[in-house]
Amino acid sequence: MNSPPLRLYTFAAPSRFYQLAGWLVPWFWVATVALTVAGLYIGFFIAPTDATQGEAYRIIFIHVPAAWMSMLLYLVMAFWAGIGWAFKARLASMVARAIAPTGAMFTFLALWTGAIWGKPTWGTWWVWDARLTSELILLFLYLGYIALVNAIDDVRRADQAGALLALVGSVNVPIIYFSVKWWNTLHQGATISMTAAPKMASTMLTAMLLMTLAFWAYAFAVVFTRTRAIVVEREAHAGWVAELAGGRMRP
Amino acid sequence: MRDLFLAVLLRDLKLASRRRIDSLLPVVFFIVALSLFPLGVGPEPQMLRDIAPGIVWVCALLASMLSVGSLFAGDLADGSLEQMLLAPQPAIAIAAAKSAAHWLLTGLPLIVATPLVGLLFGLSGPALAALLAGLLLGTPILSLLGALGAALTLGLRSGGMLLILIVLPLTMPALIFGAGAVSNVEAGLSASGHFSLLGALLLGTALGAPLATAAALRISTE
Repeated sequence: MNSPPLRLYTFAAPSRFYQLAGWLVPWFWVATVALTVAGLYIGFFIAPTDATQGEAYRIIFIHVPAAWMSMLLYLVMAFWAGIGWAFKARLASMVARAIAPTGAMFTFLALWTGAIWGKPTWGTWWVWDARLTSELILLFLYLGYIALVNAIDDVRRADQAGALLALVGSVNVPIIYFSVKWWNTLHQGATISMTAAPKMASTMLTAMLLMTLAFWAYAFAVVFTRTRAIVVEREAHAGWVAELAGGRMRP
Repeated sequence: MRDLFLAVLLRDLKLASRRRIDSLLPVVFFIVALSLFPLGVGPEPQMLRDIAPGIVWVCALLASMLSVGSLFAGDLADGSLEQMLLAPQPAIAIAAAKSAAHWLLTGLPLIVATPLVGLLFGLSGPALAALLAGLLLGTPILSLLGALGAALTLGLRSGGMLLILIVLPLTMPALIFGAGAVSNVEAGLSASGHFSLLGALLLGTALGAPLATAAALRISTE
């Protein structure tokens, strides 16, 4: 295949993104599996037992990366949705829509693992504490976005309305977080920060970072796969999709 | 722009005055929903006093969200919304006027009805005053955000439920500080911090929400 020269926006064309993503997805799956195995091995077998919480703390290796991903993915989704709206970039809107279910899944995972962790440590599945509540509201924001874009049949309107909602939501996330925080707080303070020295054993930190990278790779793999599906769905009228389907689709 | 704002606002008020029963529905819903709580949780006066601020706020929220769905629906159906958007003035004026009209027709009656609710739930004078002040600052936020939701879900199937799902998470800060102010007063603390935060939320929302609503109207009617 004689390819045109690579430019910054080359892969903004859905057809070329489709090829690139198709090539990258297997590698992301390999990275996901390798990093998960390494991270869970270090987390479950090498990291020391916590002095106060015993073995129960080990769920942190899934809980904290999932919580990070849930917040990050919302911002990434709002960013791409905004780009898609502002610059009429079709692919960016498709990526934003592909991110939403994965973000909601990580939010749910963070809440669920948090509940499992809370039972032995706090003695209850759920407390109405600042971070739990704002994570729950984040889940509602994801669900609202997904429900809105799916309720609108017109693709263009769905993308733009979703972008507006995602941007309004991302402005609101810090406001919600701080209002819930002043409302009630009992959660343990953030254990990892970029400025202070980490207060946890370095093996624990390694395991957590490995798991974070694994979740990143997973998110890329799933989002790219989903974006590919959306690309094919929306570009069904294009010649290259018909070629792809081997002439099985309507021209 | 001011003319457009006033024209849309007065038009909505006039339309509401021709349909008096319709415009009373939110406040009736508010009272009926509130009177369900003593039946549900039991008539103990102390408990009712404790939960009153929270449930008044939640019912005000629901009354606003249920009524805001029809804010643009009639204008969309008869085509006047598109005509308004064709006006040379910015659409923000329409969005702001619609939100203001919704507040005057829903928020204000709720506030007027709240002293009655205070009697039903046995709220003390200072607590009732704090509740009223909080509602006065908070219900405009509900109308502004509700208008945004109504513009986004304009003309959709199951628009009402969808509107509630997308707007409720955004209104939680107002609920927290509004109900928190009353709890503070009842605990003998100052509520001025809560009122400052509610005021800040109101200012921020008043600046941002009409802009977003105008954009949403353009998206939805394109």
